[in-house]
Amino acid sequence: MDIETSQTLNKYAQDKYKYGFVTDIDSDRPKKGLDEETIKFISNKKNEPQWMLNWRLDCYKKWLKMSDPKWANLKFPEIDYQDIYYYSSPKGFEDKPKDLSEVDPKLIETYNKLGIPLEEQKVLAGVAVDAVFDSVSVATTYKGELEKLGIVFCSISEAVQNHPELVKKYLGSVIPPGDHSFSALNSAVFTDGSFVYIPENVKCPMELSTYFRINAEETGQFERTLIIADKGSYVSYLEGCTAPQRDTNQLHAANVELIALENAEIKYSTVQNWYPGDEEGKGGIYNFVTKRGLCKGKNSKISWTQVETGSAITWKYPSCILKGDNSIGEFYSVAITNNFQQADTGTKMTHIGKNTRSKIISKGISLGHSQNTYRGNVSFLRKADKARNYTQCDSLLVGNKCGAHTIPYIDSKNKSAIVEHEASTSKINEDQLYYCRQRGLNHEEAVSLIVNGFCKQVLQELPMEFAVEAQKLVSISLEGSVG
Amino acid sequence: MIFLNINNLNVSIEGKQILNNFNITINQGEVHAIMGPNGCGKSTLANVLAGNEDYEVNSGKIIFKDEDLLDLNIEQRAQKGLFLAFQYPVEIPGVNITPFLHASINSKLKNEKKPELDNLSFAKLLRKNAEELDISSDMLKRSINTGFSGGEKKRYEILQMSILNPELTIFDETDSGLDVDALKIVTEGINKFKNPKKSYLIITHYQKLLDYIHPDHVHVMRNGKIVKSGDISLATEIEASGYQNF
Repeated sequence: MDIETSQTLNKYAQDKYKYGFVTDIDSDRPKKGLDEETIKFISNKKNEPQWMLNWRLDCYKKWLKMSDPKWANLKFPEIDYQDIYYYSSPKGFEDKPKDLSEVDPKLIETYNKLGIPLEEQKVLAGVAVDAVFDSVSVATTYKGELEKLGIVFCSISEAVQNHPELVKKYLGSVIPPGDHSFSALNSAVFTDGSFVYIPENVKCPMELSTYFRINAEETGQFERTLIIADKGSYVSYLEGCTAPQRDTNQLHAANVELIALENAEIKYSTVQNWYPGDEEGKGGIYNFVTKRGLCKGKNSKISWTQVETGSAITWKYPSCILKGDNSIGEFYSVAITNNFQQADTGTKMTHIGKNTRSKIISKGISLGHSQNTYRGNVSFLRKADKARNYTQCDSLLVGNKCGAHTIPYIDSKNKSAIVEHEASTSKINEDQLYYCRQRGLNHEEAVSLIVNGFCKQVLQELPMEFAVEAQKLVSISLEGSVG
Repeated sequence: MIFLNINNLNVSIEGKQILNNFNITINQGEVHAIMGPNGCGKSTLANVLAGNEDYEVNSGKIIFKDEDLLDLNIEQRAQKGLFLAFQYPVEIPGVNITPFLHASINSKLKNEKKPELDNLSFAKLLRKNAEELDISSDMLKRSINTGFSGGEKKRYEILQMSILNPELTIFDETDSGLDVDALKIVTEGINKFKNPKKSYLIITHYQKLLDYIHPDHVHVMRNGKIVKSGDISLATEIEASGYQNF
């Protein structure tokens, strides 16, 4: 961590959730609740072909027969699916704006407040951004430059129109809609998200980035992201999220599918900062996310890095299916829970191919009254000769009203597989705090330094541009936990 | 100005009395040494001055730079110019000295209403002082005290002292755990940065340390109070015949 970072840390340590503002903008919504009409409304809004609508309706029928998974270490009231809006777009988006001058200035203002200026000249150097506001993709920057390399980076709605063959081939191929109720729900009602295709042997020269924001009240956000890295290609993708401060809970059920073909590599990083609810546990986002990557080809690699600081409830297990021989899956995670937040997060590494390797580094930090669970599943199928996994789970407790839980499952059907698992739970050390304070740092600055040190192994996996943002987030999340 | 005056201080930990009507006065620019056998309350004194919350001050007064020190918390005391060189510096994995110490010095400058140091001037200062203490740039890149040898840890304490430039430095058994060579390097470092306008309180069991850093005053401590004060000859006496005469 450099000096600038630690200065920003100090500044941000004093901030409350600062992304809680609401943009006053007319939105275009169907009636509340979910039925075939709602799905037809969404499909019609997006001018989708018949095959897409049929797929959605099939998924909806599957969903009707399913109930929500109950095995997670989470407590929350039953979700009333008829009390949610399934689509919301800022008015005037029936025709997607061609350039930024056509975008409502208020929307641009919102993104500026979030620190995501859409004007290309201001965009963080070398980062292409696709911004999703409620259910609609607002603008994709750097599109032209990427097109020259044959890279497709657009909203999933556009991909349905312009690249139907790729969407048909890969959508739902990694996360079958019938996998569980949230994946079926997302498949039925997904509104927008990003689509990326990297052609053979192309190394994407910049970070691709999506920024999600839930603005409208009582709206669910169901984003769908599909990333395909063709043979020998490379892409690094970052996703960031915020939501306004509201008393009611909002639902976010995303599906993200990654496919890496032979010798391809995908690096996917998330900085999740959805509104976590207030100090009493009122409001906040319910985040039920399914993220799964398929290392389809030989020598392919998928790496997930996540910094989870927000949401009232986090239910999220970015996973890798290691099908190609010698393929590699990685999962680096920092999950911080404060106040009454609950997180049940971890990963699933499924070793199918020979010589496949996976690595899991998870850092959980619990504060206040929160509950933080790591849940991991590492499995080796019969043909996964000489496959290896290394897992390291560290938990840090601050205070004595919070909880940390580690639930690793290991399942091996192959005798040559090697598994290593290390776990630790520690409390923040009084001697360390004393030492820092003796040097003139206040309690909060000291905690922030120590926690950032605890997470360093994971934070350094993030693309440089976002490492600083992540450190700020870590500090904000610690606020009010000490003193 | 009263620089440091401790008057009839009584301190206990978990109900056990450690300091017993303890008195001392240290003026600006003076070097004092407190010597005593194990368990006499030397380290307690250092930690009470630094504001460690484990100790309970039952009665007495500590005036530091005309202010009641007992009204201030740990970081306020540090910002006011009190520095404790720890006997056992704690490891802080993942935290690098650069942002840590930069934040420290700026909190002190802010308290003194002086302009804070920018990245460049701080980096220059750190590099210069590290060189003087024979601390390699490699060592500056590591996490604070993590995996350091005893001597390295103590040199890191001196480095921090040299940057923060405190009014009063307390060395809590800085010589403990050091072999002769390491002790020499550390004390040379202290002497390099010793400032005749600042004050020092050296807490030690052995006289060895005082061969390198010469105190103006030597005090012998037993059972929570000073039993005899004098000059360096007192230390020589202890070296010859131990503490039993006091």
